[in-house]
Amino acid sequence: MSIKIINEKCTGCTLCVGVCPFAAIKVVDKKAVIDLDKCTLCGACIEECKFDAIVLTKISPSEIDFSKKIEGHKDVWVFCEQKNAVIQSISYELLGKGRELADLLGVDLCGILLGEGMKDEAKKVIHRGANKVYYVDSPKLKHYQDEPYSKVLVRLIKEYRPEVVLCGATSIGRSLISRVAIGIHAGLTADCTGLDIDREKRLLLQTRPAFGGNIMATIVCPNHWPQMATVRHKVMKEAEVNNHHKGKVIERGFDEEVYSSRTKLLDIVEEIEETVNLTEADIVVSGGRGLQKAENFKLVEDLAKVIGGAVGASRASVDAGWKSYSHQVGQTGKTVCPKIYIACGISGQIQHLVGMQSSDIIVAINKDPHAPIFNVATYGIVGDLFEILPELTEQFKVALKK
Amino acid sequence: MDYLLTEEQIMIRDLARQIATEKIKPVAAKYDIEGIFPWDIVKVMGDSDLFGIYIEEKYGGTGGGVMELVLATEELSKACGGISLSLAATALGTFPIILFGTEEQKHKYLPDLARGKKLAAFALTEAGAGSDAAAVATTAEKKGDYYLLNGTKQWITNGGEAEVYTVVASVDRSKGARGAATFIVEKGTEGFEFGKKEDKMGIRASATSELIFSDCKIPKKNLLGREGMGFIVAMKTFDQSRPGVAAQALGIAQGALDLTVQYVKERKQFGKSISSFQGVQFMLADMATEIEAARALIYATARMTDSGAKKISKESAMAKLFASDMAMKVTTDCVQLFGGYGYMRDYPIEKFMRDAKITQIYEGTNQIQRGVIASSLIKEKAA
Amino acid sequence: MNIIVCIKQVPDTTEVRIDPETNTLIRSGVRCIINPFDMYAIEEGLRLKDKFEARVTVITMGPPQAEEALREAISLGADEAILVSDRLFAGSDTWATSYTLSKAIQKIKDYSLVICGKQAIDGDTAQVGPGISAHLDIPQITYVKKIEEMCFNSTENGERSESRATHSRDSYIKAERMTEEGYEIIESPLPCLITVVKEINEPRLPSLKGKMKAKSAGIKKWEAKDLDVDPDLIGLNGSPTKVVKIFTPPPRKGGQILQGDPEEVSEKLVDLLKGEIP
Repeated sequence: MSIKIINEKCTGCTLCVGVCPFAAIKVVDKKAVIDLDKCTLCGACIEECKFDAIVLTKISPSEIDFSKKIEGHKDVWVFCEQKNAVIQSISYELLGKGRELADLLGVDLCGILLGEGMKDEAKKVIHRGANKVYYVDSPKLKHYQDEPYSKVLVRLIKEYRPEVVLCGATSIGRSLISRVAIGIHAGLTADCTGLDIDREKRLLLQTRPAFGGNIMATIVCPNHWPQMATVRHKVMKEAEVNNHHKGKVIERGFDEEVYSSRTKLLDIVEEIEETVNLTEADIVVSGGRGLQKAENFKLVEDLAKVIGGAVGASRASVDAGWKSYSHQVGQTGKTVCPKIYIACGISGQIQHLVGMQSSDIIVAINKDPHAPIFNVATYGIVGDLFEILPELTEQFKVALKK
Repeated sequence: MDYLLTEEQIMIRDLARQIATEKIKPVAAKYDIEGIFPWDIVKVMGDSDLFGIYIEEKYGGTGGGVMELVLATEELSKACGGISLSLAATALGTFPIILFGTEEQKHKYLPDLARGKKLAAFALTEAGAGSDAAAVATTAEKKGDYYLLNGTKQWITNGGEAEVYTVVASVDRSKGARGAATFIVEKGTEGFEFGKKEDKMGIRASATSELIFSDCKIPKKNLLGREGMGFIVAMKTFDQSRPGVAAQALGIAQGALDLTVQYVKERKQFGKSISSFQGVQFMLADMATEIEAARALIYATARMTDSGAKKISKESAMAKLFASDMAMKVTTDCVQLFGGYGYMRDYPIEKFMRDAKITQIYEGTNQIQRGVIASSLIKEKAA
Repeated sequence: MNIIVCIKQVPDTTEVRIDPETNTLIRSGVRCIINPFDMYAIEEGLRLKDKFEARVTVITMGPPQAEEALREAISLGADEAILVSDRLFAGSDTWATSYTLSKAIQKIKDYSLVICGKQAIDGDTAQVGPGISAHLDIPQITYVKKIEEMCFNSTENGERSESRATHSRDSYIKAERMTEEGYEIIESPLPCLITVVKEINEPRLPSLKGKMKAKSAGIKKWEAKDLDVDPDLIGLNGSPTKVVKIFTPPPRKGGQILQGDPEEVSEKLVDLLKGEIP
């Protein structure tokens, strides 16, 4: 890819200078000049230019070298994450999308399952639309560990040569798949929000947000197989259960060496908290600086309890020590995507918005009518949360008969 | 305005600004409400070497002077005029050692002060001796190789929190001002206790308390300068420290104006931002101009002091007088521009007005400053 | 003991604001900062330095101006800084970036721990840390929120014969790895790579003396020719992924403001939401 300014068209208006996130553009002698050391080819300037004076040359099909495409790469794979021998819902979401992609490509959808004593559980992957499940059973695979899991996955990929591999963008998935991609020199795109197939070239079109969600980029891996992508939890819809769907469970075993690990998993600690897992929750009620002190978080917790939600917090309230870091929603915390997100006393700085703006319904309660949170809110309430929250909790209690 | 700061001064300013925005701003309201001493922030300031910016390198500092202290105090005060005082008041308590201490005294006390491991305080004011410093009633009775200190000091900034106190006491009350001496007194010395912590209108993150001396034994080696020099030590110290108070006032005013400019842009009345009204614009312009005038005067005074000029009382009094009166006026106008919101404690602006007030009062009231300035003028004419 | 901290310079998104009128981003004048997660990595390195008298080397791959980020790391207390920079590296994706950084780390030879932030705020991929450990073939612990124990036994003669890294049987790290439900306790022999989350520490501010030192500190600059890299595996050539399209997503529109006293607005909201609550 390359970027250039067409001097005949450039009027030196400086619009592009202001919009460049990397301060890579200057106007010299009334013409824009791009500092290629700073430019990341993000394309923000192209959108902004009113004179079509900036051109980003993308990959043309002739540049794509199909010679490396090795015959025999086929099938769409989904890495099925399991914890305590239970397949995690992220896997079903990936199977839903994976089925679509496999149908577009006219290939099989395969689930990859690593664990111990999960052969019955593997059938669930079939019932969610997979044609095959590659299942590897070993006591060493009971819990996720980077090395055995990545070695097994690399072996499987080398042996069966899938065309596409999907994996959840979870703490397991991100650690695992990044290592796997290195081992097989494959392209990997993180946190895709859209996946599609370019049928002509049989390429996986991977669309993901960049720069805090303000730019979307579509990415392909033209010369490397498999094409791998991770997807965040709750971005895709779960595949429906069909108990009559037929498929094969193929068990594979490897030498003990493949299961060996230099790291030792000593303990798994589940932190018992008053709330459910934030990223899993369908409803999140979050509190921010507007709560004024730690004790007032109870108002948020009370509401969350009545409507069955998890409790989130803005960075400001976490930094103030009102809530632990595990509750933090936003750029340096967790990204959530619930059906309902209620922001109480959160002004809505960009760092918070990137962590919750893909929620289905956003409710904002804030006393400042100019708070940026209202720009993304489906429903906004301007007012005193100390009056509104208790009232809301009471009314929900009645309405939901709790 | 470009004040042609040195590279090192820019570093100090930027570092203080970083501490102010990242560490102080988020907790300023909390400390103001609770009125507790901000030890966590003091530690950050110490780890960042800010307590050493006016202390020579051989004593563990970074070798600057009053100008460096002014720059740091201004930046810290933009976020909180109370928290910044932990530095400015330590400097006030340290200047007597820098100006009059022996090598031994300097080596003993300055390194810990430069690192912020210990804070200092200066103790002159008493219930009956405020502006009239010559009326000091605390006595230091000489007993061979030690002095016995008796009396009570009032409203001492950093009192109770500081480890090192420079205390002015009378060795001979019959000589009035000429009978005073200054002593270094360490916290924990037998016979040295603290009275109640004051509940103040502003600068509430700063500690202010009484120091009570009852037959407190001070070794002779802790005398600063000579007997009879107490009043001179105090006056020379104030000459050095007044630009610091002025810088505190300057920072408070600038901090208030920064918030206000932001607010008037956002606040809409009659369908538009109130910043579009000329009445508001004129107020902003006046405030910015007065702040800049104060800054120019303070920086010039600080540089003159650092250049080694001997007669600086008039200029340093002018800087303190002008900056503190300006800060009171600017913060009052800022509250005005916030309207009803400005009067509410939920909004940060009224704190600036409360914090500004003290700068007109302490380290010599502004009436005393006018006296200093006038008497210099009259003396100059006589000569 | 030698600790290597990998950092990245990124645009400061905290300076990015939304224009309330047009609902678009105001990005002008955004300065570059050290990726916030890398600040935790630097701080953890410095804490280990204080504890073990370790030597902290900070390394970044980026354009020439990334030197600023390295100077900032030195002002915080890092001992040495290396800038890996070459036009040939431009266009690197996470594969090529982790390959190049791993080659630079191999050139440093003697190290016990590599620390990275969990991800960078501009790309958000979280792939480079694990990628480096895979290239180096060392164990990794991702999402570390606490180092519980660390033991470092240097080899007896002090001289290390192995070229790749410091191997010592008794050296290990025990850390808490954050998961969605809580955390895992993992032990790994050294050398090892960890990626850290915000919870691990509170980064210090620079000191004045550190800033003065940073101003004049020498920064090593390594280009492609200085590293044992395969030209086919760096920059655009070595990057399997290619960006083919960039577009701005439609902004999420502000919705409806509910009017009324607390009782009325609560009633309205309950009506609107109760159908959505299971």
